[in-house]
Amino acid sequence: MAKTKKEKPVLEGLAKFNRVSMPMNILFSIIFIIAALCCVIPLIFVIIISLTDKTSISAIGYSFFPQKWSLAAYSELWNNREQIVTSFLISIVVTVGGTVLGLFLNASMGYVLSRSSFKLKKLYTWIVFIPMVFSGGMVSMYLIITQFLYIQDTLLVLILPLAVASFYVIILRTFFQTTVPDSLIESGKIDGASQLRIFFQIVLPISLPALATIGLFLSFAYWNDWWQAYMFINEKSLWPLQYFLIQIDRSIQAMINNAQYIGVSAVELANRIPTDGMKMALVVVIVIPIACSYPFFQKYFISGLTIGAVKG
Amino acid sequence: MAKVKAAKVKGKKFTFDDFELILLSLPTVIWYLVFSYLPLFGLLIAFKSWKIQGNFFESFFASDWVGFSNFEFFFMTPNAMNALRNTILYNLVFIVLGVVIPVALAIMVSNLYSQKLAKVCQTAMFLPHFMSWVVASYFLFAFMSPDKGVFNSIITALGGEAVDWYGPTSIGYWPLILVIMNIWKTTGYGMVVYLASITGIDATYYEAAVIDGATKWQQTTKITIPLLKQIMIIMTIMAVGRIFNSDFGLFYQVPKGTSQLMPVTMTFDVYIMQALKTGGQISLTSAAAFFQSISGCICILIANAIVSKIDRESAFF
Repeated sequence: MAKTKKEKPVLEGLAKFNRVSMPMNILFSIIFIIAALCCVIPLIFVIIISLTDKTSISAIGYSFFPQKWSLAAYSELWNNREQIVTSFLISIVVTVGGTVLGLFLNASMGYVLSRSSFKLKKLYTWIVFIPMVFSGGMVSMYLIITQFLYIQDTLLVLILPLAVASFYVIILRTFFQTTVPDSLIESGKIDGASQLRIFFQIVLPISLPALATIGLFLSFAYWNDWWQAYMFINEKSLWPLQYFLIQIDRSIQAMINNAQYIGVSAVELANRIPTDGMKMALVVVIVIPIACSYPFFQKYFISGLTIGAVKG
Repeated sequence: MAKVKAAKVKGKKFTFDDFELILLSLPTVIWYLVFSYLPLFGLLIAFKSWKIQGNFFESFFASDWVGFSNFEFFFMTPNAMNALRNTILYNLVFIVLGVVIPVALAIMVSNLYSQKLAKVCQTAMFLPHFMSWVVASYFLFAFMSPDKGVFNSIITALGGEAVDWYGPTSIGYWPLILVIMNIWKTTGYGMVVYLASITGIDATYYEAAVIDGATKWQQTTKITIPLLKQIMIIMTIMAVGRIFNSDFGLFYQVPKGTSQLMPVTMTFDVYIMQALKTGGQISLTSAAAFFQSISGCICILIANAIVSKIDRESAFF
């Protein structure tokens, strides 16, 4: 229905008339403000704790209003930089490497599936679809990684298993189908370009919004992953940040349990154990890159989720 | 999904194009074979008495078929039944709340006067989706630490007795805590999905309804919810397919792996992971994993069949 200029104020008036009542609006607003606070406050609280002085923590516990502020937790983090810098680098390498590899693997499959003339399209659709409803489970995955591929304790195990997801392939397929016109590919073919060349030089450059979406999905997934490391990594030099965070708690427990056997005095032990502040500082270091970037990328996420939610 | 119009090209020979496309997709197809289909084949070890002899395939052929005895052993362990019960009960709660809460919130947020407030709140509520469970466990610990947490500070300040949140005495709180944590983490995501559908609804429906004198509530129940039905069904079918799965991060990292809490935090995935980490018992665990995969697959097929019986349009495939 075409809306002429004359109709517009009428419709706006209608929209104004057709609103929830003011008390309802206030009630809804309050609900949302509370819900939003519930989601954000834990992060703010952890930041506050990481900036709280040790003495304040031992006196009044974790508090939103500490008695004394300090940056000691961060300097403690800096003193332990050996492992932290290693883990940070591993996290970066895994995130960047995984995102690039994942983009190529998902996009190439999505493109092939989007070509209506492709002879094996039906077979390929099944290949992508079946894993969505039927998965092999953790045990056989574990055996295949450790006893067939032998990639445990390598960077590969942190990257490969997360690289492809049918969800991403379908989003990209839908995108290529709807926004890359067949005529464009035909014209590329007439000019003598091969399919590979068409994919890399024509299709990918005009699909940047979709690639950005999937790239974000992938990079957040890689940055947040601890599971692969938990299962397959023993080597300390390969711990990503998230796994290091898990290990810190463990090592404290182990230190406390073994202190008497390895002959460490109580004072020495207290000095050696990472403080609560330091743990929270590490959480902050892990979370801040995400928390600061996701509001700007949100629209890409939403567009991805919206396409993905459409029936395949 | 499977309704692919491949009929047109039938009978034609493979063209050079097809070969190129196959070549282009080869790395991904190999990925699927290794990381999706090989594990599917690996499910068969549930029927074998696993012994390690060289690599995966050598062990596979060296191990003897034992029929269903792994399953018998598995279902005889008391932990298994407990894990089964917990997994299903938690998932039922998650499925219901995972539809009701995000749909309600999405409808509410679309009715807010202030678009700015709606935007800000929505962004804030999306934050937990981007946090890993490991990080979330620290968030929770800041509140629930037995000696330093805020909850206990408040309780003692009010004259109550401090609660040992991670101890065996608080076991009764944990189902609620886990449900809340799950809502906390997933609501923002669900809201985005439903809100996208709501904004996609043609405004003329509402205009016509207003002219006919429909109240806002009637518009919601008669227009918005019916139009959201399909996406709600798809999300539910997907969730039903995962009814035997659970998030290991939620059930293990968030309670910090406390063994005294296991009666309420033990799910299939926790059971399997623990068995894998401690090594051995491959046959027993593989029976659990087989059960998990097959029942999940059956559930999703049944759910889809029921939906498509009632309303063909809404079915997932």
